[in-house]
Amino acid sequence: MEITISDLWQSAPMVSLTLTGLVALLVESMKGGRTTAVYGLSLAGCALAFVFSLWSLGSEVIVFNGMILQGGYASYFSMVFTSSAFFTIVLSRPYMQRLHREQGVLYILILFATVGMMLMASAMDLIILFLGIELMSVCLYVLTGFVRTKVTSNESAVKYFLLGAFATGFLLYGIALVYGTAGTTNLKLISQSFAQLSGNSLFLMGAGLLVIAFSFKVAAVPFHMWAPDVYEGAPTPVTAFMSTGAKAAAFAAFVTVFIRTFAITGTPISEVVAFIAAASMILGNVTAIAQSNLKRMLAYSSIAHAGYMLSGIAAGSAEGETGILFYLAAYTLMNMGAFGIISWVEQQDDTKLTFDDYAGFSAQRPVVAAMLSVFMFSLAGIPPFAGFFGKYYVFLAAVKADLVWLAVIGVLTSVISVYYYLRLVMVMYFRDGNATIEERVPGFAFAVIGVIAALVILLGLYPSLVVDISKTFFKL
Amino acid sequence: MGIQLYLYLSAILFMIGVVGVIARRNAIIVFMSIELMLNSVNLTLVAFSAFLGDVTGQMLVFFVMTVAAAEAAIGLAIIISLFRNKQTVNLDEINILKW
Repeated sequence: MEITISDLWQSAPMVSLTLTGLVALLVESMKGGRTTAVYGLSLAGCALAFVFSLWSLGSEVIVFNGMILQGGYASYFSMVFTSSAFFTIVLSRPYMQRLHREQGVLYILILFATVGMMLMASAMDLIILFLGIELMSVCLYVLTGFVRTKVTSNESAVKYFLLGAFATGFLLYGIALVYGTAGTTNLKLISQSFAQLSGNSLFLMGAGLLVIAFSFKVAAVPFHMWAPDVYEGAPTPVTAFMSTGAKAAAFAAFVTVFIRTFAITGTPISEVVAFIAAASMILGNVTAIAQSNLKRMLAYSSIAHAGYMLSGIAAGSAEGETGILFYLAAYTLMNMGAFGIISWVEQQDDTKLTFDDYAGFSAQRPVVAAMLSVFMFSLAGIPPFAGFFGKYYVFLAAVKADLVWLAVIGVLTSVISVYYYLRLVMVMYFRDGNATIEERVPGFAFAVIGVIAALVILLGLYPSLVVDISKTFFKL
Repeated sequence: MGIQLYLYLSAILFMIGVVGVIARRNAIIVFMSIELMLNSVNLTLVAFSAFLGDVTGQMLVFFVMTVAAAEAAIGLAIIISLFRNKQTVNLDEINILKW
C-alpha cells in the first residue's frame, strides 16, 4: 500500500488544479498581491485541468489503492466542472468589481470547490465521496456568504450551511450503515455483493439515507427548501456555479452510487427515487410559474431539472446514465449562460431581477437578448437545442425501464415549463421598455457567453458527440 | 455485549440531533444538534469497526472529526457575520428571504 508518482501523474486534472489553487493562495497573500494575477492564474488552472481531462478521456485507470477512478467517467465530469468554474470566474469579476468586493480568495475558493467536485466524480470509495462532498460544500458555504456586508448574502449562507450540514449527517449515517452491512467502503466490492445485501433491511436503510442526502445536494423535492432562498441570496455568479457545477457533482456521485454500484432496477430504492423525481418535476414547474424574480424562477426550474435527471437514475440502466451525462453537460451550459446574462442586467442593490425589467431588452441589446432566448428555449427543451436531447434520453431510459408513468409526468410538466421560460422571451421581444446592461461588461465575458450559446446549439445538433463518448465508459 | 446496544444508542442520539435541528430556533443550538448527529455516526462507525474487526471505520471517524472541525470554523464565521448585520441568530427572525 503506497502512493506512487504514477498515481499522482494519472490524477493530473485534480493535482494540477490543487497546485494552482495553492500557488494562487501564495500569490494572493504576498505583499502587494494582485487580484488580477490570481484571476489569470485561476483561469489558466481551469484551462489546464480541462486539457488534462480531455487528454485522459480515453483511458481509464483506478489509482490510489482502488480509491480513485481517473479517466473516462471522471474525466468527463472534470471537463464539465472545470468549464463551469472557468465561466464562473469570468462572470464573477465584473460582478464583484461592481460591488467593490473583488478579492482573489473568491477565485481560489472556486478552484478548491472544483477539486471537491472532481473527487466526487472520481470516487471509488465512500470515504473519498464524503471528503469530496465536504470540500465542495465548505467552499460553497463561504462563496454564498461572500458579500459579507449584505444581509441577504449572510442569510442565504446560514440557511445553506445549516441545511447542508444537516444533509451531511444523513450522508454519514448512510455511509456508516452501508459500511456496517457490507463490511467495506469500497464501491467495487459493494457492487459485487449487492445481490446478497439488497435483502438486508439495515443496508436498505443506509441506502435510503444516502438517497436523502443526495436529494438534498441536488435540491430534489421534498429536500429542496433551501434552494430558492440560497439561489436568490447568493451573488449571482456563485448561484450559477451552485446550480451547474455543484449540481453536476451531486449527480455524478448519485450516479456512481446508485447506477454504477447498486443495481437498483426493480428494487424499492428505484421506486423511492421515481417518486422523488415525479414530485420534483411537478412542484418545481408549478411553483416556478408563480415567481416574478428570475433567480427564484431559475431555482425552481433547477429543482424541476433535478427531477428530469432523477428519472434517469430511477431507470437505473446504462441508458439512464448516458442520458444524465448528456443532460448535465447541456444543463451546465444553458444555466450558466442564463445566470451570466442575468448577472449583467442585475443592479448592485438586487434590483432589475424581475421579468418586467427585461421589457425592450431585444431592442437595446439584440445579440444578448438572442443568446438569452437560446438558453431559455434550451431550458424549455425545445429542439434543436441541447436541452431537448437531454430530456429525450432520460425519458427514453425511463420508458425502457417500465417507468412509463414517470416519463409521461416528465413530458407534461415540460409543457408547463414552456410557459415561464418563454414568458421571458416574450417580455424581451414584445414589450416596450429600456432594459439594458448598465455597466460595461468586458468583451471577454461577452465572448464566453457567445461560446456557451454556440455550444448549446452544437450539442443540440450533434448530441452524438457526447453520447458516443459516454457509452465507452466502463462499468464497475 | 452485542453490537445492537451500540447501534440503538447511536440511533437514539441521531434522532435527538434531528429533532433538535427541526425544533430549536437558535442557529448555534441547531448547529450543536448537527454536531450531535455527526458524533452519533462516529459511535456507529466505531461499533461496526470493532464488530467487523476492520480498521476502515475508525479511519473514517478521524476524517469525520477533521471535517466537523472545518465545518465548525466556517459555520461559526458565517453565523457571526450574520449577527454583525442583524444582531440576532434566531432563525425565525431571518426572514428577508422567505424561509
